[in-house]
Amino acid sequence: MSLDLATTRRIAKLARIGLEDAELENVRQKLDGILGWVDQLSEVDVEGVPPMVGTETEALRQREDVVTDGNCRDAILSCAPEKSGPFYTVPKVVE
Amino acid sequence: MSYVIEGKTGSWEIVVGLEVHAQIVSNSKLFSGASTTFGAEPNSQVSLVDAAFPGMLPVINKECVAQAVRTGLGLNARINLESRFDRKNYFYADLPQGYQISQFAHPIVGEGTIEIELSSGEIRKIGITRLHMEQDAGKLIHDQDPTKSMVDLNRAGVALMEIVSEPDIREPEEAGAYLRKLRQILRYLGTCDGNMEEGSMRADVNVSVRKAGEPFRTRCEIKNVNSIRFVMQAIEAEAARQVEIWESGGEVDQETRLFDAARGETRTMRSKEDAHDYRYFPDPDLLPLVIEQEWVDALKAALPELPDAKRARFQSDYGIPFYDAGVLVAEQAVADFYETVAKGRDGKLAVSWVTGDLFAALNRTSKTIETSPVSAEALGKMLDLIADGTINGKIAKEVFEDMVETGEGPDAIVEKKGLRQVTDTGVIDAAIESVMASNADKVAEYRSGKDKLFGFFVGLVMKETKGKANPALVNEALKSKLDA
Amino acid sequence: MMLTGLTLTEARAGLAARKFSARELAQAHLDAIGRLNTQLNAYITVLPEQDVLAAADAADARYAKGEAGLMDGLPVGVKDLFCTKGVKTTAASKILANFVPPYESSVTARLLDAGAVFLGKTNLDEFAMGSANITSAFGSVLNPWKRKGDDAALVPGGSSGGSAAAVAAGLALAATGTDTGGSIRQPAAFCGIVGLKPTYGRCSRWGTIAFASSLDQAGPMTRSVADAGLMLEAMAGFDEKDSTSSNRPVPEFSKAVGKSVKGLRVGIPAEYRAPGMPEEIARLWEQGIAWLREAGCEVVDVSLPHTKYGLATYYIIAPAECSSNLARYDGIRFGERQDAPTLDGIYERTRAEGFGQEVRNRILMGTYVLSAGYYDAYYLKAQKVRTLIKRDFVQAFEQVDVLLTPTAPSAAFAQGENMDDPVQMYLNDIFTVPASMAGVPALSVPVGLDSRGLPLGLQIIGRHFDEETVLSVGGALEAAAGFAHKPTLHAEAGV
Ligand SMILES: [Mg+2]
Ligand SMILES: [Zn+2]
Repeated sequence: MSLDLATTRRIAKLARIGLEDAELENVRQKLDGILGWVDQLSEVDVEGVPPMVGTETEALRQREDVVTDGNCRDAILSCAPEKSGPFYTVPKVVE
Repeated sequence: MSYVIEGKTGSWEIVVGLEVHAQIVSNSKLFSGASTTFGAEPNSQVSLVDAAFPGMLPVINKECVAQAVRTGLGLNARINLESRFDRKNYFYADLPQGYQISQFAHPIVGEGTIEIELSSGEIRKIGITRLHMEQDAGKLIHDQDPTKSMVDLNRAGVALMEIVSEPDIREPEEAGAYLRKLRQILRYLGTCDGNMEEGSMRADVNVSVRKAGEPFRTRCEIKNVNSIRFVMQAIEAEAARQVEIWESGGEVDQETRLFDAARGETRTMRSKEDAHDYRYFPDPDLLPLVIEQEWVDALKAALPELPDAKRARFQSDYGIPFYDAGVLVAEQAVADFYETVAKGRDGKLAVSWVTGDLFAALNRTSKTIETSPVSAEALGKMLDLIADGTINGKIAKEVFEDMVETGEGPDAIVEKKGLRQVTDTGVIDAAIESVMASNADKVAEYRSGKDKLFGFFVGLVMKETKGKANPALVNEALKSKLDA
Repeated sequence: MMLTGLTLTEARAGLAARKFSARELAQAHLDAIGRLNTQLNAYITVLPEQDVLAAADAADARYAKGEAGLMDGLPVGVKDLFCTKGVKTTAASKILANFVPPYESSVTARLLDAGAVFLGKTNLDEFAMGSANITSAFGSVLNPWKRKGDDAALVPGGSSGGSAAAVAAGLALAATGTDTGGSIRQPAAFCGIVGLKPTYGRCSRWGTIAFASSLDQAGPMTRSVADAGLMLEAMAGFDEKDSTSSNRPVPEFSKAVGKSVKGLRVGIPAEYRAPGMPEEIARLWEQGIAWLREAGCEVVDVSLPHTKYGLATYYIIAPAECSSNLARYDGIRFGERQDAPTLDGIYERTRAEGFGQEVRNRILMGTYVLSAGYYDAYYLKAQKVRTLIKRDFVQAFEQVDVLLTPTAPSAAFAQGENMDDPVQMYLNDIFTVPASMAGVPALSVPVGLDSRGLPLGLQIIGRHFDEETVLSVGGALEAAAGFAHKPTLHAEAGV
């Protein structure tokens, strides 16, 4: 399948990467090339093969339910491009 | 089918399924060690993991897993010994990672059922499709600045259970009963406090309408309704809206809507065209969650008695009616209170005191069962005083009111006020004689056949003994003296 | 003795014997950086001199008290993908140009605990996405090697290109790298040094900026195989903050080198004899086989039938994971923000301007392969093929102890070459990606020069968590090859 511009635009929107049309076409061509190349996987028979999860067959380790973190507002706000008092701020979003 | 919407083209039934987000009771968050306490200073309960700083990684909280399993067991549901976490990808200011870690393809809990009781007394089963764990998002505050929204991440990463029902609900009332029952079970289990005002339980409501016998039509999802009453109102409003669309020849669009409680209507939040493409995939920072059957069995063995079982047991152990037992088990604290009062005593008497005088007193004093001025032990002791004849039922009312007011024990009140029941026949005989002497005319009337006057004499004798005379002894002695 | 030309092992011995101080060692490296970094651009951030020297003085004090740790007083570079507390960490991206983490990554914390002296943060491809270190927002890294009679600027490989160039040129005794599809091994080969990608789960990923979570692994980049063992020993270990971290004990990797390799079975995977492989590389591979045979190894032909799909699989899975991992760079809590009147506007502008073209393309590729309607055909399919690739390795390791392959299909190429066609660029990783997909450890050892005087490396791949055998075989190869060449640009040259 070949990638069209509308799909490329939709993908860019989903990824929240604002691209001009000229750039989008450039991206479309690049991705289309890569997609054509990865199409080689269609020749692999994966009937009955489970998708890989992790690299070792270990299950998830679970931690105890204790408060060990948080209480570090200064640290978490220290890198914010914009803040107000104890908050991060963004342009008003209306629901 | 009792709930139908009569339209121009005939009657319509509603089809409702509920997705309930219930905040898991735990000390720390699902994947971070930050606290979950409600109402803390903004952004004070946020770890670097919750704020999604570069290189931060999730580590799962074992208690949250246990709580999800307990809930699954409480919903008579299948527990999946292997489950997984996926990422649900979307951008929003309250979602620091740019994805929510959730269980999409492999939830920890599969199919189950809840039994609900309608006001008619009818019992219905509502199917549970699944229960999965996921992270909560942060909170946006819109009213502090005219142009900006403030982001508070205290809630970001708190563990939620999403409990999805089958589209089995056919009436607004059933939706209410389902939510109340679910909340009751969660509270009994101690897995969610069920507090809808604080947002620890929220419902997404899927509504569609159809004519009887039809397959399902397009549904709309009403997001984040935060009270049981609003859920019922939202269903009515949304169903009416859909009927109108269908009947006017239109087509209901599958979309996400919001319930505007002030206006009593639902409105579009986002339509199918700008529906999200969440790009779910297994979270590569996490491995499959594998739990042992023995662990599940141990959790099951340690489960508290749930409302349905307790109700049945109260009926048989204490000989009380189904309805009363239902009232008692509605809240675990009430059930526990009752059981303390009733154990080893007259269960029927206990239920009438608890649901009668006690509830009235709590109501009057704006107290709850937890803050009741009369403890279960004290009420029990009062019933003992009735049983052993120390006081009679009438005096008990007075003792009880004093208990409510002063918080003192029944013994102390009986002593203080000298309310001990009079069983001394000498005292009773003297009182009768005194009454008869000063009412000779009435005695004569009685003796000439006006036996209705018997009650009149009982009242006077009780008055003479300040209500403390044993009523049975009074009856007996009065009868023999009047009839002599 | 040139302090910038030592191995970690030599430097440690020198420090222990008080032949020189950690302060002198650090100062020599700061001087070398001062002389060469403008040209090489190996470091994005060099730590303030007084901080480096203070750390060195503390190391000297520990040596004086006889309390020196495994890496005590050893000056190293840190790939600028590891978060370092109070030190700017950029991932070579404009979007993190001024990010100063309030935390220290687990791997660098372990190195600090072991006494290492950090010199600075080394350059890399933006968010570790690249094989030539040309996508850094802070400029390309120059390979310190030159072709004979040709002054063309060569790439150091990537993504750990700054680390590789720094170690090769004497701007650090060793450096940390991260490897997602070859990002330690390929630049190590291009720069004539040793690079080890440990088993997935061996080193904690906590505090290391993620590219593709199921593949990312930190590892050492050093001048000798023994050094790689020593440094891995300091870096590795269980970390409860990383759910994929293995809680197996960390062996004394530094002792693995020098162990006899007699009787070990070395597999030669048929599929790595790619058509069009340069003659010189094929010859060097044969040479490596011969060396190991002489060292007493048994050489066995094996087949890894699915490895040829490794690269295509990788270019679905890695972008998919990165598209999600990089969603957090949204201009709200940290990093650079481009202003706009709406929230979506901030996202779109911040991410369009903050990410370079390669990163943007990979995010878009990953978004596409996960999106509705394409997930099964691309992502799910790739994860299934990945299972087959891993099975190939596990089956091969039933017959052999290690595999021997070339590290890269070419020597370092010139900046500007291979740049137009992304697929051409991706082919750099053809030999390194399969081990990443399987999660097994792999080591690149420099073994010779090509006809133009550029270093070439061979790769030794081992069983899950068997870095020791990999290091032993790597040591044997190193001893046989006796690679002692130095790049044109080097701290020791022209001083
Ligand atoms: Mg929902
Ligand atoms: Zn949910």
